[in-house]
Amino acid sequence: MMSRVYIFKRFERFWHWSQAALIITMLVTGFEVHGSYRAFGWQQAANAHTTAAWALIVLWVFAIFWHFTTGEWKQYIPTAGKITAVMYYYAFGIFDPNAHHPFRATQLKKHNCLQRLAYLFVKLFINPLVWVSGLLYLYYHDLGAYGVGGLSGLQLGTIALAHTLGAFLMLIFLVVHVYFATTGHTPLAHIKAMITGWEDLETES
Amino acid sequence: MRFRNLLAAAMVAVLFTSASTAFAEQAPTKLLKSTADHSKFKALDREFDSGPEVTRACLTCHTEAAKQIHLTQHWKWEFINPDSKQVLGKKHVINNFCTSVASNEAACNSCHIGYGWKDDKFDFSSEENVDCLVCHDSTGKYKKPSGFAGLPVTKDTEFPPGSGKIVKGINLREIALKVGPTLRTTCGACHFNGGGGDGVKHGDLDSSLEAPGKELDVHMDTKGNNFTCATCHKTDGHQVPGSRYAPTAMDKGAAQVRGKGGRINPATCQSCHGQGPHKLAKLNDHTGKLACQTCHIPYFARGGQPTKMSWDWSTAGKLSPDGKPMTLKNEDGYDTYMSIKGDFVWKENVQPEYIWFNGTVKYTLMGDKIEKGDKPTQINHFEGSAGDGKSMIWPIKMFRGKQAYDPVNKSLVVTHLAGSDDTAFWKNMKWEPAVAAGMAAAHAKFSGKVEFIETESMWPITHMVAPKEKAVGCVECHSSNGRLEKIDGIYIPGRGSDHATVLDLGGWVIAALALLAVLGHGLGRFIVYRRNR
Repeated sequence: MMSRVYIFKRFERFWHWSQAALIITMLVTGFEVHGSYRAFGWQQAANAHTTAAWALIVLWVFAIFWHFTTGEWKQYIPTAGKITAVMYYYAFGIFDPNAHHPFRATQLKKHNCLQRLAYLFVKLFINPLVWVSGLLYLYYHDLGAYGVGGLSGLQLGTIALAHTLGAFLMLIFLVVHVYFATTGHTPLAHIKAMITGWEDLETES
Repeated sequence: MRFRNLLAAAMVAVLFTSASTAFAEQAPTKLLKSTADHSKFKALDREFDSGPEVTRACLTCHTEAAKQIHLTQHWKWEFINPDSKQVLGKKHVINNFCTSVASNEAACNSCHIGYGWKDDKFDFSSEENVDCLVCHDSTGKYKKPSGFAGLPVTKDTEFPPGSGKIVKGINLREIALKVGPTLRTTCGACHFNGGGGDGVKHGDLDSSLEAPGKELDVHMDTKGNNFTCATCHKTDGHQVPGSRYAPTAMDKGAAQVRGKGGRINPATCQSCHGQGPHKLAKLNDHTGKLACQTCHIPYFARGGQPTKMSWDWSTAGKLSPDGKPMTLKNEDGYDTYMSIKGDFVWKENVQPEYIWFNGTVKYTLMGDKIEKGDKPTQINHFEGSAGDGKSMIWPIKMFRGKQAYDPVNKSLVVTHLAGSDDTAFWKNMKWEPAVAAGMAAAHAKFSGKVEFIETESMWPITHMVAPKEKAVGCVECHSSNGRLEKIDGIYIPGRGSDHATVLDLGGWVIAALALLAVLGHGLGRFIVYRRNR
């Protein structure tokens, strides 16, 4: 038996996909700026990276506003309840055609407890790390010139180190996240849900 | 109807004609920039037998000019560094081109703005020995041939005596009647020929700047801004700003505004362009650490004239098979070996080297102890570091040489090169007597032994500013092994040596492991799916 549940609202879907595009753009251009490879040309990469950064900041401001006004921020409060069961499912159950995911998404509870933890880590650690270090990177010269707070002694190397750490964490998150997107009852089920908003759910018989 | 048309046409014609006549009457005469036409000056309209005679005529109106000149480096060839107290200037330093002026005055001082400096007894208080014409000639005919101690030749003269070669006399009257402001060619007569020939010394100054296009020099472009040297090196009472003995390495001032007080050096880029000339904010950030020249002069010796990059005196003295001094040339016709000078390397379109520079130049002067070692002796070392708060990253031409020194007294030496006497190196190619004569002229002690030592001299690259489209691209520095690879003390995004190896290696390894893990997991799901179908 299958049932359709409307899980992801329009803004949420827009936010997700535009954020995805921006983050991928920033990873690709960012690592070129970092010197890991040559692809678009350093200047083009740096300019695109900066433009995408501002776009992402604007998007985040809207998203944060949306999360708080709609109460959706509660979706990221950790729920420790079934975490062992969820981890057990991904480690073993997923290979068993008769096993079911211990969590069922609803509009009120979109994410399983593992997702909640992962997204909370992204939102409370990776994003602020990337955002703050990125802005410091962008305005490094002014820190020195105007002696902003106690930051004038901050070295660009330190800022870049933090920013690079954030980038690697984001890259690792992306790899795992994209894979988990294929772990619905069909490989494309979650992805479709993120596009249409409607998720097909197996109902337990 | 037809008549009326004709009448109208006639009236229009009459109006048009009268109007055009009126315009012709009002056509403005060309505005002369100078209030004086020197060709109308009686004092100049006469025959002159010598340079000093012309100067006396100039001084009848420009009564204070010589006194102003007397205060210049152009006249004194001496500069005492206010911080290090080193006594510098052409009169004192020893470089790694033709090495030194002392004992070679008659030849070298053809580029002195004076008349008759032929030995150490020159009278620096003489007003008539100030050479006005060398800077103010507008005809291009004024010449001060080498060997005449800065004097122009007014009558055909055999030189060197007995050689049968004739130096043509020039007509000073014609030149004096046409004096004017300095030109690229007047400054260039000496500054383009530093080191003994076109482009030899600086790399960013050569005869291609006499009439450059935009690609070569965006300011001097004859079809554009058409700057002369003095547009930037704007004199005040004949004092020319912009010395490389004490350069302005960092200028944090805003663009110069009238009434805002004088600036030490109006020749800096910032004195016109200020601190934030770029549209892109991130480019303006670069002005905190980079001299403008670092990006805006991508290569020097760009005008088609190569510059000398090295000079090895130690090989001088080899003779041709028939026992005569010889000159070997490269395919472009430039000397690569001369018996009297040794080996040279010439280069065009040279990428500068880059250093931290805070404006302090420390010279190795005669008497300073030098030692043969791993590192060449620094003729003039540009000091600076990332952390001193006064340094910027500058482009330089590093000129490498090998030259005579006294291995016993451990000092650079003065060599008597030019002249027709027995000791002159260019005549006899014997080092010991040439150095002995040079050191005697410089009143310095000499052990009698000559060996050769490797030396380096630094030349700031600041001319030949390219159009902005030709500025150094980001990736040329923001990369590994880029132009700034050797610049220490700063983090350059994109430069591999600045990366934290642990983070970079660890980051990629963990990301790759994560990818492998999910791919393995996915493969497992796929196998299970196939098996259960």
